Amino acid sequence: MTVNDVAQFLVVVAALAVTVPLMGAYMARVYSGATSRLERVFRPVENLLYRVSGVDPESEQTWRGYVTSLLAFSAVSVLVLYGIQRLQEWLPLNPGHISAPSAPLAWNTAVSFVTNTNWQNYSGETAMSLFTQMTGLTVQNFVSAAVGIAVAVALIRALSRSRTATLGNFWVDLVRGTVRVLVPVASLAAIVLVAGGVIQNLDAPHLVHTVVGARQSLPGGAVASQEAIKELGTNGGGFFNANSAHPFENPSGFTNVFEIWLLLLIPFSLAWSFGVMVERRRQGIAILAAMALLWAGSVLPAMALEAHGNPLLGPGINQRASATVVGGNLTGKEVRFGAGPSALFNASATATSTGAVNSMSDSYTALGGGVLLVNMMLGEVSPGGVGSGLYGILILAILSVFIAGLMVGRTPEYLGKKVQAAEMKLIGLYILIVPACVLAATAISLSLPSVRASLLNHGAHGLTEMLYAFTSASNNNGSAFAGLNGNTTFLNTVLGVCMLIGRFALIVPVMAIAGSLGRKGRIPDSAGTLRTDTALFTTLLIGVTVIVVGLTYFPVVTLGPIVEHLVTHG
Amino acid sequence: MMRRVVRAALVMLLSLTVLTGIAYPLVLTGLAQVAVPGRANGSLLYAHGHAVGSSLIGQAFTNAAGQPLPQYFQPRPSASNYNALASGGTNLGPSNPVLLRSVARLARAYRAFNHLPPGTPVPSDAVTTSGSGLDPDISIANALLQAPRVAAARHLSPARVRALVQRYTQSRILGILGEPVVNVLELNLALNRVGRH
Repeated sequence: MTVNDVAQFLVVVAALAVTVPLMGAYMARVYSGATSRLERVFRPVENLLYRVSGVDPESEQTWRGYVTSLLAFSAVSVLVLYGIQRLQEWLPLNPGHISAPSAPLAWNTAVSFVTNTNWQNYSGETAMSLFTQMTGLTVQNFVSAAVGIAVAVALIRALSRSRTATLGNFWVDLVRGTVRVLVPVASLAAIVLVAGGVIQNLDAPHLVHTVVGARQSLPGGAVASQEAIKELGTNGGGFFNANSAHPFENPSGFTNVFEIWLLLLIPFSLAWSFGVMVERRRQGIAILAAMALLWAGSVLPAMALEAHGNPLLGPGINQRASATVVGGNLTGKEVRFGAGPSALFNASATATSTGAVNSMSDSYTALGGGVLLVNMMLGEVSPGGVGSGLYGILILAILSVFIAGLMVGRTPEYLGKKVQAAEMKLIGLYILIVPACVLAATAISLSLPSVRASLLNHGAHGLTEMLYAFTSASNNNGSAFAGLNGNTTFLNTVLGVCMLIGRFALIVPVMAIAGSLGRKGRIPDSAGTLRTDTALFTTLLIGVTVIVVGLTYFPVVTLGPIVEHLVTHG
Repeated sequence: MMRRVVRAALVMLLSLTVLTGIAYPLVLTGLAQVAVPGRANGSLLYAHGHAVGSSLIGQAFTNAAGQPLPQYFQPRPSASNYNALASGGTNLGPSNPVLLRSVARLARAYRAFNHLPPGTPVPSDAVTTSGSGLDPDISIANALLQAPRVAAARHLSPARVRALVQRYTQSRILGILGEPVVNVLELNLALNRVGRH
């Protein structure tokens, strides 16, 4: 890893250190119902949204009411997005005359964007019309992010309130998150991206005659606006097939680091908001520290591994960085970013459930690709997706408290809320659902010869390719080892089911836990209380996260990336 | 009760579509087209008044048969042959024999084309495909190894060509962000302008 790679990592850290407390405090105000300096802009828009949809913004919902509204909104979203894709031939803004995707592909894509996964079994340039990209995919980039944050906020309210039956109003959280957080920040980010060279137009591909007289069609599109929310909302679905490796999505070393910061911003900031909203700032910092250490612990090794290069290329290929040589494993990477910062992007995107790539993960070194895989297996808590990262790590925090309580014989409690059998059953369910989905689906797919035909690479790398797909889908990440051809009826359907399970089969137990915790009173701290705002607790939380995941996935990770590494390094 | 929830969901989705799917991208498109139309429309480069490509998108410098032209700096190999509507990489794994054979073959071809002695270390960007297939840049080392060949094909002094390489080298942004690289299309256009004089 070069000095310059480390410097770019530190630039991201410094940018986050400055912006996370500001953004975290702002979001805490938004979700506490505080007014803003731009109230005269936000309020009329929100009131209009409430009025037309018949929502009373003053009323609150129980956990059941909250989750019912959430599921209804998501179900309607899947249907509408499916419909837009299937009808795009007859809808406006289709300058390239793109026909409709097949039914399995449209199903997969609809589920993918509604679950904030953004797994893409299609190529953006040639499969989706401008209308679909704007009114279908961009919209879900916003609202699926707002839904994720809403669940996290409801869980925070359950912890911060005492003996409450209600956890807020889903519609209000959805609207305020979209109007006051996502749209303004994405707008500012999009302006920065356009200034950095990302395109923003509504044109059909533009035919040019190149220097040597060949023909080249340069694509058009409202790219910067989608790129901004793609990163900010930890969505990750590329406007183009190459995602953020495409120069029109990510033109320079500056936009690269900017996009990395943007995709980490909300997941880290929500931990800060949590501390503010429970009125114990140190509790938020303890969670934030666990997220940050897990993140740094994965991005730095990934950067070092990719900057080191691919030993199998032999001595005739110069992979050592110098003033004139861009070093490292450059297969599938852009020279303007360099190998280290490419890995910084992909590792941050897998750690946040963004799933965007600025380089092709399938061509990463065996262990570099393994880091990306493990980031997703951690259950997306380092710092995880918008909202899902926070509620995921809060579940693990409650589990940690429970384990620690068992070890020392104390009654487990988190933020003064007793953790009892009802919560622990739901947490057990939460922990088991995703690994069950990943391992079963991978095993079934690899046992079917027709599905194995979708693999580009074979041997240990082929196993990783399939495992990566189901890990990505079930954890709602969307990152891909893109050698796998997922656009088959079987994979479209099964990956779609995994995405639905990974999203909603987790949200329902989380909301049930929130309902149960909300009803409890807050016990005042005593000498016997396990403190959860200390470095010791942060360490425990990291340990529980790694061990729970490690024990589940270690055998299959051994057969994939670890075997491949041992083979390539003789 | 359920009907009311579903109606609220549908109306809310449609209203949020107007806000985030129509107003948001259109307002930003308007702003971008007024403020930075050149960038918003793809950073096009022109020669003789006609657009010949984008400074951000790589293009091939080959003859009709697909053979590289010695008078031009050559970009990185591309998985999509610089088709800008089919971006992507090869996705070959690091241990895939297809990748290893391809790198060895490209390295031999690179040495032969640039009249380098066998075994000369080749910068890896010259023999690996990028993630987008549209990488507009090459490393400085790659450009400098190509410079003598380009100079010979154009009957220019190698020093003159090297000076152009230096002029079209983009340094790190703020001295930190990204890698120093050479933009192939800008450099080749500059060479053509020199050649005309």
